[in-house]
Amino acid sequence: MALLEVRDLSVVFRRKGTRPFTAVDGVGFDVQPGQTVGLVGESGSGKSVTALAIMGLLPKRGAEVTGSVKFEDTEMLRLSDKQLRDRRGRDLGMVFQDPLSSLNPVIPIGLQITEVLERHRGMSRKQASVEAVDLLGRVGIPDPNRRLSEYPHQLSGGMRQRALIAIALACRPRLLIADEPTTALDVTIQAQILALLSELVRDTGTALIMITHDLGVVAGLCDEVNVMYGGRVVERAERHALFASSRHPYTHGLLASIPRLDAPRGEKLLPIKGSVADNIPWEHACAFAPRCPNALEVCRDVTPELSPDNGGMLRCHNPVGQMSGVR
Amino acid sequence: MTKLLTRKAERIDELAESGGTSLAKDAFRRMRRSPAAITGAVITILFVLLAIFSPWLAPKDPYVRYDELRENLTPSHIPGPMPGFLLGSDQNGFDFFSRLLVASQQTLIVGVGATVIGAAIGMLIGGLAGALGGWVDTLLMRFTDILLALPSLLLAVSIAAMFANGTQWTVIIAVSVVSVPIFARLLRGSMLAQRSSDHVLAATALGVKRTTIVFRHMLPNSLGPVIVQATLTLATSILEAAALSFLGLGDSDPDRAEWGLMLAKAQGLLDVKPELAFYPAIAIIVVALGFTLLGESLREALDPKNRR
Repeated sequence: MALLEVRDLSVVFRRKGTRPFTAVDGVGFDVQPGQTVGLVGESGSGKSVTALAIMGLLPKRGAEVTGSVKFEDTEMLRLSDKQLRDRRGRDLGMVFQDPLSSLNPVIPIGLQITEVLERHRGMSRKQASVEAVDLLGRVGIPDPNRRLSEYPHQLSGGMRQRALIAIALACRPRLLIADEPTTALDVTIQAQILALLSELVRDTGTALIMITHDLGVVAGLCDEVNVMYGGRVVERAERHALFASSRHPYTHGLLASIPRLDAPRGEKLLPIKGSVADNIPWEHACAFAPRCPNALEVCRDVTPELSPDNGGMLRCHNPVGQMSGVR
Repeated sequence: MTKLLTRKAERIDELAESGGTSLAKDAFRRMRRSPAAITGAVITILFVLLAIFSPWLAPKDPYVRYDELRENLTPSHIPGPMPGFLLGSDQNGFDFFSRLLVASQQTLIVGVGATVIGAAIGMLIGGLAGALGGWVDTLLMRFTDILLALPSLLLAVSIAAMFANGTQWTVIIAVSVVSVPIFARLLRGSMLAQRSSDHVLAATALGVKRTTIVFRHMLPNSLGPVIVQATLTLATSILEAAALSFLGLGDSDPDRAEWGLMLAKAQGLLDVKPELAFYPAIAIIVVALGFTLLGESLREALDPKNRR
């Protein structure tokens, strides 16, 4: 049985005076216990909103969440505010993008860890402090005893992210959502943090949803990958299948736009034309069609369905590696 | 050579011990460099020390009429400086210098009292509005809008006038009511900004209780502007308290040593002894200036956009 079942999840932002905006549009995927699932896409593809919706962190006013998010047979979208608070941090943890702004600047790191331990694991302040030292040590922070009483600004960027990971994993959640956890960090630190995440996830058996726009991160970490575009999943595949034979022109474009060390000198990078702003709505068309090199007549008239393909799922009328129709 | 090396080593140790810079440390460092901040701080500290120790500093009892002074007192002549009485007499035969000193006490009590009460009530209102939101927010903010819509001195005068017999408490209450809406708006604003901040979202994602989020995560991060405002409010409170006494709405005891009251009583005696009006006026201006300088430079030092 899946740990997390997301079915037909949609998020519509409604604001007075503006047209409703559909940020997430019928997204569905499963996360098995201990599995690492990637959510990939460029800015505005709806990956972060999906994560916030799963955590129940979207504002109640203005954001309309429909569909179903089942965590161990509990329907998360129907939980009360209080029930959600009891689950967050204990069953589901989250790590955010910017480690500095995600930590409270005016209280010491230690208190930010013990606060969660006291809340969810009913520890006394003393027990929690001992556990906090242990946690900080486990995420590779040197001299954790001293760090406990330090403030976020006294830590380096990588250290802050380690601390955030320690906080998120403090209550041994069964699911951790990491929303671009390495984007705000130096490249050298990124690798360390990713290694740490994968190690911790393996050791604790925590399932991980990795949200990123960086396919390199996916390659190193994820078992299964969901590629999102315009609020919908356009391709789902096992990691190896995705890199070996991506089918969706968008995924293909993403992969082609990564600079390679072994490419011949002077070879041009192949960016995806246009930007997310060129989206057309999914109704009666494929949202990617205006930017798609493979677009056909039908792509502008009929919405492609997410259907099984090659062991994964694909939403495309004219996938890469398939000769069909007229250009 | 060795001296140079040890000095260098000391500096490195110093750097190592400093362990980065915090907002407070940073702000303090920048304040130390600003002449306005130092002036403000010096005036403020001297004033506070004066107010606390004035009963011992004053050479004479400010509430005793001295015969030496009263002998020479006529409607057209008020004795000037004489041995033992540094600034001579006032119109009632009190020692003018001692009264000037002791009056600082009244000013400090009223200024601090009004600011503390105003800030406490204002922060309660603003904190509730910012933490709860919704209709509580709307209701409380409309109430503060009403208070803000009234000119502050007019409001203070009307409140002071409601009390038949003024005491210093009348003044404190009247002046503090004026600053309530300012503190309320300010704290609510920064609480709202905190509510949508990343670290509050992160705390929410950890299932931290709402009360903990408000008191541990939102409130402490919202206090910066409130502290600055409190310093500035001290200055305006002192001015407004002086204005109320000047208008006769302050302490009903006509002999009370209070700068505003002294100023008011000296009005008719400008041609006889202008110092009677001059010195209290200077005192009020200098003290208000000191608090304003301190507050303004505190604001500048704490402003993250102003980093240099």
